[in-house]
Amino acid sequence: MKRITIEPVTRIEGHAKITIQLDDAGKVAGTQFQVTQIRGFEKFTEGRPFYEMPGITSRICGICPISHQLASAKASDAIMSVRIPKAAKLLREVIHCAQFVQSHALSFFYLSAPDLLLGMNADPQTRNFAGLIEADPELARAGLELRKFGLQVIETLAEERVHASWIVPGGVKAPLSAQNRDRILAGIPEVLATTERVIALFKNKLESFTEEIENFGSFPTMYAALVDGAGDLQFYDGPIRFRDALGGIIQGGIVSEDYSEFIGEASLRDSYLKAPYYRPAGYPDGVYRVGPLARINVAEGCGTPKADAELQEYRRRFGRIPHSAFLYHYARLIEILYALERMANLLARPEALDTHVRASAGVNSLEGVGVIEAPRGTLIHHYKVDENGAIVWANLIVATGHNNLAIGRSVRQVSEHFVHGEHLEEGMLNRVSAVVRAYDPCLSCSTHALGMPLVTVSLVGPDGELLDEIS
Amino acid sequence: MRKLKLATVWLDGCSGCHMSLLDLDAGLIPVLRKVDIVYGPLVDAQEFPEEVDITLVEGAVSSQEDADRIHEIRQRTKLLVSLGDCAVTANVAGMRNTIPVTKLLQRIYVDGADESKRIPADSLPRLLKLARPAQDFVKIDVCIPGCPPQSRTIAAFLNNLLDGRKPDANAKIKFG
Repeated sequence: MKRITIEPVTRIEGHAKITIQLDDAGKVAGTQFQVTQIRGFEKFTEGRPFYEMPGITSRICGICPISHQLASAKASDAIMSVRIPKAAKLLREVIHCAQFVQSHALSFFYLSAPDLLLGMNADPQTRNFAGLIEADPELARAGLELRKFGLQVIETLAEERVHASWIVPGGVKAPLSAQNRDRILAGIPEVLATTERVIALFKNKLESFTEEIENFGSFPTMYAALVDGAGDLQFYDGPIRFRDALGGIIQGGIVSEDYSEFIGEASLRDSYLKAPYYRPAGYPDGVYRVGPLARINVAEGCGTPKADAELQEYRRRFGRIPHSAFLYHYARLIEILYALERMANLLARPEALDTHVRASAGVNSLEGVGVIEAPRGTLIHHYKVDENGAIVWANLIVATGHNNLAIGRSVRQVSEHFVHGEHLEEGMLNRVSAVVRAYDPCLSCSTHALGMPLVTVSLVGPDGELLDEIS
Repeated sequence: MRKLKLATVWLDGCSGCHMSLLDLDAGLIPVLRKVDIVYGPLVDAQEFPEEVDITLVEGAVSSQEDADRIHEIRQRTKLLVSLGDCAVTANVAGMRNTIPVTKLLQRIYVDGADESKRIPADSLPRLLKLARPAQDFVKIDVCIPGCPPQSRTIAAFLNNLLDGRKPDANAKIKFG
């Protein structure tokens, strides 16, 4: 038995390690996906006032802080037992859409485009965003522009790009001015056009990735996501819907307070990331996926014209419920279209400028759950407080956690298909990392931790001797 | 002129400081003309290189692995920069410091699990008793505080350095 280690996996948001075991014939005998850091937010927030939670849990992740602020604020709204003002709900959804744009742009352009545009086998020295700037400056600029647009909207509303304090229990801190609304609206057509150009380019590239599409985590699982009243894509609020691998709806509308009846968590021997599972199916059979692929599979449609047109084409090509994790990239681009269109739609409503944006109340319930769709999938914050509002217990289930079991299986599938023999090629192993990138795992979110990327790949013989190494 | 070698490192942090670095937006392009990013979350470097000119460290030192790494990074770096409050003071990472590590792990993996209740241990880095700032382990040359530091603070720091001026991180610092 020989062992290959990829540690850490690069160009992902966090710190993970992959081990591939080869048998004597050089075939893949087993794989292991490990998340190697832990921070402990669920424990060290005990004793903090609940209204501090959006600010503290924002620091779980600098990439999608808005997601944690929103889930936390929704759990806090429940503790206060308030229905937040219409304008507050609308503005929270607008900032959430902006975050989708910037976070998806980071994943697609900065982390995965080097594989997709420069090639899986490209020189690792230049297979990165700087290399992309050299090779395809226009595409790199599109990425910069999209990410910047999302962050500028966040800055316009919340005054800070990272860890702002505008989203608060009961609503948001300040209303939107007409001038700022108009400025955001004026910018949308250009970034929509940019997104459409990028999608066209991506589709042209798809044919060269047929083998990856077939073997990148392509296996049937259940899917979970929030949907709106019509069953369409929804990021901010709605019941959780589960579909089975054939597309049948197995749970139509789980309300947030009931999540724990359907979602359990298992601890793993060799990873700091726990593995959630669909309870009625048990562990480990209850594998399901979340995030862009899951949302697109779970929803009937997007509910906005450009995104729906693209979704139709996607379904014509790949079917109603495609299972390949490679298609996370495509789904992510469709969601950027949706987020931009949805933002424009929301901002055009008169209540966008309403100055009633915050409800105030004390502790009226000793428990609260907040569920949203974060860019990487369903995010759950669940708090219990005492009469004074101090946290006595907290549970956080983050997007990447839900995908933990599926990522592990995807690593296995890609390894079995692409990694052969005793002679390693860097491109083989980059594909193993690339399937992890397709999920866009936010391991800083999931273990509430981060690490640094460093790849040493070594092939070790049965007695521990070094047979081959790529460095 | 030789391009400077820049490395960026994530320890126990949230990546927000790295995001603030990316928030230079198009300002990144002229910076990338003057530096090569030789190591960091955005590139496929395989090992922390020898003789790095500048390393930006985000996050506190929280595990034995972090501690080993910060020593290696110090040995291989000319100018070592603590980027952001977690690297400078341990900040949010340090919020766990009043709780014994075993209690923390027990809460998450035993009390907080429905199946296979156990504390993960197989070939995983061991948590240190305390999450501490990088300067408790090695000499730090420059501290840039902020949660995260504003991108214009980072830009001013980098541009000063790249233009051959002494780094003055104090000029545009905003706390909190």
